[in-house]
Amino acid sequence: METVMSVNEPGSPVMRRRRVIGAYLEEARSECLRYMRAPGFMLPIMLFPAMFYLLFGVLMSRSNGADAARYLLASYGVFGVMSPGLFGFGVSLALERDGGLLTFKRAVPMPPGAYLLGKMLMAMTVAGVVIVLLLVMALSLGHVTLGAAQAGALLLTGTLGVLPFCALGMFVGTLIKGQGAPGMLQLIYLPMSFMSGLWLPLPMLPRFLQRIAPVWPSYHLDRLALAAVGMNHGPLLPHLLLLAGFAAVFALLAARRLRRHG
Amino acid sequence: MTDRSDPVVRLAGTLKRYGSLVALDGFDLVLHRGELLALLGSNGAGKSTAIGLSLGLIRADAGTVELFGQDPQRISARRRIGVMLQHAELPPTLRVGELLRLTASYYPAPRAPAETAALAGIADLLERPYAKLSGGQQRRVQFALALCGRPELLFLDEPTVGMDVEARQKLWTAIRILLAEGCSVLLTTHYLEEAEALADRVCVIAHGRAIHEGTVDALRARVDRKRIRCASSLSTEAVRSWPGVSEASLRNGRLHVTTADAEAVVRRLLEADPQLAELEVQRAGLAEAFTELIRDADGASGTDRREAA
Repeated sequence: METVMSVNEPGSPVMRRRRVIGAYLEEARSECLRYMRAPGFMLPIMLFPAMFYLLFGVLMSRSNGADAARYLLASYGVFGVMSPGLFGFGVSLALERDGGLLTFKRAVPMPPGAYLLGKMLMAMTVAGVVIVLLLVMALSLGHVTLGAAQAGALLLTGTLGVLPFCALGMFVGTLIKGQGAPGMLQLIYLPMSFMSGLWLPLPMLPRFLQRIAPVWPSYHLDRLALAAVGMNHGPLLPHLLLLAGFAAVFALLAARRLRRHG
Repeated sequence: MTDRSDPVVRLAGTLKRYGSLVALDGFDLVLHRGELLALLGSNGAGKSTAIGLSLGLIRADAGTVELFGQDPQRISARRRIGVMLQHAELPPTLRVGELLRLTASYYPAPRAPAETAALAGIADLLERPYAKLSGGQQRRVQFALALCGRPELLFLDEPTVGMDVEARQKLWTAIRILLAEGCSVLLTTHYLEEAEALADRVCVIAHGRAIHEGTVDALRARVDRKRIRCASSLSTEAVRSWPGVSEASLRNGRLHVTTADAEAVVRRLLEADPQLAELEVQRAGLAEAFTELIRDADGASGTDRREAA
């Protein structure tokens, strides 16, 4: 295995596993570097939900007590992690399909999945940052009391909970090219957030919307986030399974479209 | 194990439709180890579709596509190739050195970054963000990315578009070095002089079919035409009606005549116009040969289609 193949030798050169892993790491590193250098793309994605939480979760709900602030921390946290999934993943994919970068990546021997894995790690990082921002505001301004375990559980829920929305964003990104994607994703993001009870608690919504809420993945993630901050004591497994299934279905659909059409 | 004589790229009877548009219509192509094949053709002739099929980016509706004897969608086949596409917006905020490092990481035994940079002439650009480069510099970086993996086969889709004359010459030199190392190259180009300068063989595509394949000389010889230019008072209509004359026109006060039988036409010109001056006779260039081929194909394509159907 230690022999280095010369170019002109017939037969496929051997790609050692260490180099394959290295390629995955390089791809993730590049993905993070490029977005850190262009904060204009990620910053609004991070700050938009934080601002929403500050306005509606902290300033407006002063009178409702700490329980309301804690409830809203969970739902605005979910609202916040949907954004890097849908936009960070979906919009960048739509733009890069349009610009020909994806075609280039498919032509060169990039290990399959490295491109998507890089984007996924980036979305998870941003989701984590969003949750940390909200936690800081909740604990300092919102007078929410949370144990370290609860804060940790919410952070974990956020960083993993971004994945179904990555899958959905990726699927939309494979359907729409270029500049049309952000508008389409807004049309999914905002109504879905509202109808899952992320802005106003579900019991305050019309009965019909309450009944169809379990259709939205954000509803299930909200149940998990509420459990993390100690406000939902029901069973969690059905929500977990539904989210995992949702992620798998959209990831498969998107992967199929990407392989076929690029 | 592949044999040395096995083709590195083989397309046989490939058919590709986009809706009602037939992009490739029974297209064949073979690229042998160590040679440079230039794909020539007008816009929309099917060049990029042929490249896309060979790279596994699109699937043929019918026919065989092989890259190193394998399905081009297999990563082990693509680890042996380097690619420069016509249109690729690379991440704008990444520095050139970082792009090189990333692309090289996909390959089993890439070149050292310094070697790649020297070959592609981008040593002075490594620290610059990609978006800050000029169009020509970006093309050079894309060329560097194509060769950084020490590929056995390079796909160059219109590589010198947007380059100035000097950069184009440098790229040609680099391509010759790679060929000397044993690398094979599949090149598409609009510039006939590029094919003339580099290609062992040319393949002309029109309407999704290979209408000519052979050496550059063979292509030129295929249309055995000469161009005659002179200052004369003869009318173009009269000259056009002479036997053996395929075209006559007046440009910049000069009479231009295209013919297969230059000697006979020159003799007649001199007899008809004793005042004739500044006589020049030239062999038709690649451009004329190319235009002629395409025109023949345009004329024939209607009947071909019906026969093929």
